[in-house]
Amino acid sequence: MKPVLRIFYILVLAGLLSACASQTRDLPPEPQPEAQPPQQPSDPVEVDRLDPTNYTDSRNLPNPDSILSQREIYFEFDRADVRPEYLPLVRAHATYLKANSTARMELEGHADERGSREYNLGLGERRGNSVSDLLAAEGVSSRQVEVVSYGEERPVCRQSSETCWERNRRVEIVYTAR
Amino acid sequence: MFLKEKLFLIFATTASLLLASPAWPQLQIEIVDGVEGALPVAIVPFAFEDAPVQPETPMHEVIAADLQRSGLFAPIAVEDMIDRPSSPAEVRFGTWRLLKVDYVAIGRWVPGDDRLSGEIQYHLVAVHSGRTLWSRAISAAPGEIRLRAHQIADAIYEELTGTPGAFASRIAYVKVANIGTEQEQFELVVADSDGFNPQTIVRHSQPILSPSWAPDGRKLAYVSFATGRSNVVIQDIFTGQRETVSAERGINGAPAFSPDGRLLAMSLSRSGSPEIWVRNLDNGRMEQLTNHWSINTEPAWSRDGRFVYFTSDRAGRPQLYRVGRDGRGIERVTYEGQYNSRVSVDPYQGLLAMVHGGDANYRIAILDRESGRMRVLSPGRMDESPSFSPNGRMVLYATREGERGVLAAVSIDGRFRQRLVLSDGDVREPAWSPLMR
Repeated sequence: MKPVLRIFYILVLAGLLSACASQTRDLPPEPQPEAQPPQQPSDPVEVDRLDPTNYTDSRNLPNPDSILSQREIYFEFDRADVRPEYLPLVRAHATYLKANSTARMELEGHADERGSREYNLGLGERRGNSVSDLLAAEGVSSRQVEVVSYGEERPVCRQSSETCWERNRRVEIVYTAR
Repeated sequence: MFLKEKLFLIFATTASLLLASPAWPQLQIEIVDGVEGALPVAIVPFAFEDAPVQPETPMHEVIAADLQRSGLFAPIAVEDMIDRPSSPAEVRFGTWRLLKVDYVAIGRWVPGDDRLSGEIQYHLVAVHSGRTLWSRAISAAPGEIRLRAHQIADAIYEELTGTPGAFASRIAYVKVANIGTEQEQFELVVADSDGFNPQTIVRHSQPILSPSWAPDGRKLAYVSFATGRSNVVIQDIFTGQRETVSAERGINGAPAFSPDGRLLAMSLSRSGSPEIWVRNLDNGRMEQLTNHWSINTEPAWSRDGRFVYFTSDRAGRPQLYRVGRDGRGIERVTYEGQYNSRVSVDPYQGLLAMVHGGDANYRIAILDRESGRMRVLSPGRMDESPSFSPNGRMVLYATREGERGVLAAVSIDGRFRQRLVLSDGDVREPAWSPLMR
């Protein structure tokens, strides 16, 4: 499953064998590294045919060329309004949810460490709700979206600095069903 | 009470038999800022020759450490003591006057009927008047020595300051181990007020926050994310029995027991935004105290149970408000500073401690509503979760050192501050228990 690891073991084994030999003698032949397996079975023709702006296609969810692969929305301090630059992202996910009625999304609201924890729980929920409201305004069914707030309990960055706080003030989009 | 002591005894006895030295990570207390003019006292080593087991830590050390931590007392070193009386008749006042000691505490173990239990007889002597202020006895078994020492320290503190001591109380806090890794673990820990005997009462890979003591000191309410969503749980500390009291849609947070223990205030967002709700723990009835689109959270009861203080950003930024128990008469409490939240009510005088600040500096401040005076007690920058000691003399809070969370305590006049450092992990969300007698 992990060819690199297997080669490493073989090399280590070979090294141990040679180290064990106390007398000068011919080294065993170098083991031939196994041929690399082909890259991920991604048909290049298919990638070319996939339109990254087709937001109804689930193959665009992990496609780094598509805005559908973006899952984080960042906020200003103590604010919950979605900044205009994130509107295309929200609209893309709205299009996907409308086209895929069995898809389910969890919006995880987070806050930076400043201020009290329970207030930040409220702030994280308010951020999740603003994204949820935008999705609803685009016509997404409320049954498809759920908001959960983690407040400041799940930071992605742990230093007490503005660059860190910026990354922690976020809503993470998590698809629980595609 | 009987069950509790029995459990404690079993636990402590087992622990003392199995462990030569305690292997638990403990809170270490360092004094950050001292106080001039602390009262010189001598806590003489208690006579334990007749005891079946020698205590792990001698009683006089526990008592002296308690008194010293309060900032009000300066116990002299045992090496400086010229003699070691254990009964009032043995106290030679001249030697203590030479040492410039004002009060001397002495005591001894007196065996009981069975071999293991007995009592501790202890006395407090005033050096200048030559009077014995009191002579008392307290029953004791080997596993109870630390608790008895805290109770004796409480008695000395009360006699000499006029305020009950809080050393025999306990603290709860949240400890996070392996922070930021796949093995991250949240633990709710209960320990003695000096950080000894830490016991993890619940452990989970998902966040735990906002522990709140029931007035009987037997139960804790807290917020658990064990299901992936916030729930409010009440747990019995001694039996481990757990009950989920709120698992509504949205936030279930900020539990706070009423002073009589029959009601639990919470912040629930089931109606859309976080509102203050009160649950009757006898019959499960729910009442909504606030109704506003803003964030309304962190409820704390007034001492008489007639009002609930809470945090709201209804005026734009978080500030403290107060609402009647019946949901009427909402009034704003704080005006000074752009950010005031997470109030703790002083059970003794009714002062309010809170997180006070803005932008990048959050400190602990105390508001005296009668004079309107706000006093900042802590240096910041990331101080939070204030909790009054049950005698109202100290405020315990969480702060940061670099990326690590630690606990600190400060006297309400701000003159004396100490840091409580856990040997490993991140410590936060402290809650000081009520007085337990």
